[in-house]
Amino acid sequence: MLITDPTKKLSFNRCISDGDLVIVYERHDIMKAVKVCENSVLQNRFGVFKHSDWIGKPFGSKVFSDKGGFVYLLAPTPELWTLVLSHRTQILYIADISFVIMYLEIVPGCLVLESGTGSGSLTTSLARAVAPTGHVYTFDFHEQRAASAREDFERTGISSLVTVGVRDIQGEGFPDDFVGMADSVFLDLPQPWLAIPSAGRMLKQDGILCSFSPCIEQVQRSCETLRSNFTDIRTFEVLLRTYEVREWKTDCSKVDEGGSVGFPPCKRRQPSNERSVQDNPSSLQVMARPSAESRGHTGYLTFARLKCLS
Amino acid sequence: MSQNKPQSDAIQNAKVTWEGCSVLLDINDGDRLVFSRLSAGSTLKIGNKNCSLQPLIGCPFGSLFQVENGKKGPYLSRIIPSTEDNNVQDKEDFQIKEESRDNRAIIDNNQAQNLTGEDIDEMRRQGATGNEIVEALIANSTTFEKKTQFSQEKYRRRKQKKYAPKVLLRRPFARSISEAYFKKYPVRIGFLRVDTLSLLLSMANIAPNSDVLVVDMIGGLLTGAVAERLGGTGFICNTYLGDTPYPMDIVRIFNFSNEICQRILRCSLNDLHSAQNGTCDQKQQLEGGCMLESQSNEQISLSATAEEVQLSSEDGLGLASDNDLSAVSKTCKAPKAGDKASKETIQLWKENGFSSLIIAAPEVDVWSFVKDLLPLLSYSAPFAIYHQYLQPLATCMHNLQVEKMAIGLQISEPWLREYQVLPSRTHPCMQMSATGGYILSGTRIYTG
Ligand SMILES: C[S@@+](CC[C@H](N)C(=O)[O-])C[C@H]1O[C@@H](n2cnc3c(N)ncnc32)[C@H](O)[C@@H]1O
Repeated sequence: MLITDPTKKLSFNRCISDGDLVIVYERHDIMKAVKVCENSVLQNRFGVFKHSDWIGKPFGSKVFSDKGGFVYLLAPTPELWTLVLSHRTQILYIADISFVIMYLEIVPGCLVLESGTGSGSLTTSLARAVAPTGHVYTFDFHEQRAASAREDFERTGISSLVTVGVRDIQGEGFPDDFVGMADSVFLDLPQPWLAIPSAGRMLKQDGILCSFSPCIEQVQRSCETLRSNFTDIRTFEVLLRTYEVREWKTDCSKVDEGGSVGFPPCKRRQPSNERSVQDNPSSLQVMARPSAESRGHTGYLTFARLKCLS
Repeated sequence: MSQNKPQSDAIQNAKVTWEGCSVLLDINDGDRLVFSRLSAGSTLKIGNKNCSLQPLIGCPFGSLFQVENGKKGPYLSRIIPSTEDNNVQDKEDFQIKEESRDNRAIIDNNQAQNLTGEDIDEMRRQGATGNEIVEALIANSTTFEKKTQFSQEKYRRRKQKKYAPKVLLRRPFARSISEAYFKKYPVRIGFLRVDTLSLLLSMANIAPNSDVLVVDMIGGLLTGAVAERLGGTGFICNTYLGDTPYPMDIVRIFNFSNEICQRILRCSLNDLHSAQNGTCDQKQQLEGGCMLESQSNEQISLSATAEEVQLSSEDGLGLASDNDLSAVSKTCKAPKAGDKASKETIQLWKENGFSSLIIAAPEVDVWSFVKDLLPLLSYSAPFAIYHQYLQPLATCMHNLQVEKMAIGLQISEPWLREYQVLPSRTHPCMQMSATGGYILSGTRIYTG
């Protein structure tokens, strides 16, 4: 997914080959990660897709099933991965992820510590941000989750940038090898305040910590703990609202007659010499409105910077 | 390039300032934000006095300074915060819960302070520190004792800001630069909020080694933010309509090494397109165009320099607040970014396509831009377009759907709320930004 091998770089000439990871796109909310395998097939509600048909086609191609149904094959990105990964835990989504990367000031070459790894949704974006020379060390105390995350990072091709460790970070803190080494630390743990003192020891001077917590009580306790060694303590909530766009045929004459139940009523202009809506009783208009449903809460993001004491 | 990498990383991730380094000075907990370039001669205006920034050179980012009164006027002196401060704070917080006082007895009649301005000047002449003056003001306030703990702390902080201002030394990153501009000059960056910027970078999959096509009509903030993520790998093609590149002065505020600056290139949209089916004739025309253009390029950077000097001299005239965001510099220059892309580079882009497209162009019709730019993008490459208005993006999204040029199209509007977190006093901040603009994102598909 990240360009470590120039021959794999996305380009007009980069075609899908055996062994590539592709994102099969049906609809913006129905996607799936598939490893291309010469003799394999993909079966879904549109029919049977032969992988061998895919090989040699450019990424971004539309491919057809035996029944004439189609899907698109996309090159994986951390954003797409977040939408297709298997949920072994709650995960972070794009709004929180992008804000965390920006606010932690992560740039190529940084060393980042993370716990817990969870499903690796954030980790994948962290890897992109520190590449090509930095590294992410991520810890989860759940052995099986750590193993699955390792497999995923292998699959998405970021394993050279990420090391997964099994460790109880709340109980033992981060390993002493990282004392004073981390540019930033990210915590998504049930009791982050237990890990904050250790995180403080891992950070370089002026390094930044972020803790994600769904509940305000967790934030409260974390901030109390942060106050002794950190400054610039700030808590945020980030959400995204999406919009639906469609073209409406607005028929103003009908509104006049009172016969139309269509949406939306078209405002009449005052009579004037200008071309008015009335001259063109049926006009096309593109309109947008917020999608009816949206996520109301994910969690609070608390950021803090290690006090500069030397 | 790989040879230079260690050095580039060293600059990019350095934790200590150096001569010629660009810094963000946070005065009195964000009351004022000033970008400066450190040199022996650079100064910072605080109140009506100029303080030399020399003492900041070689200090770790994150250092705190306080203005002290010296024989030769005020100077910046480094203070190491003690952990005691926090204990005081903790104790206070605890007591606030038990607060029994209230403000019913406080009468605001301007007679509460027994110290006069002359008394304070006299203290200064005798060499009192800012903190000593603050303590004297508190001791001579007739109402201080009656105030609630909370307002006592507020009083102390207010006086401290005035008589013992603090300057925090920060390393400018896309985060702080965009926050500072959004706070002070939102128009110059097209009202692009920091969370929106972060989303643009994610949605466009800005990753090391990628070739990013950028339209930046917000002063260079977008270009700088992308360059920060590329870290001296890949390329940025900063493209523009017509003959004159868009200004990107903000790029100089980032502490970019030469390696990073060399990755920021410029190329007009015309050149990107004419290169695409360049016959011999067209190529010659193109070269002519190049020369003209590199001339105008120079003019741009010259006039930018002139502006810079002018701004800093205005600073000397006491118009500080307006110039806080100008990179004040006369002696030290940032490495230059924004060279014209070579014909070979353009040719490579043409053959391979760009790996990302990112647009912030509040002044231009989005759809007509996207229509021309999208074909330059590799198949399956993501794009993200910013606009402060919804409608242009809605129209653009509709057209992209009709023309079947892209999938995964989505318009998103970010929402950002900050919280005050204090014992028994946690709530969302009273002020928030009502809009950070809109983003249209999607993925180009293969249509051939
Ligand atoms: C909500 S998940 C993290 C999700 C992750 N941020 C993502 O985006 O995929 C929390 C993880 O923390 C792990 N965890 C909980 N307590 C822990 C501890 N004391 N030490 C290490 N990991 C812990 C859990 O096993 C779980 O996988």
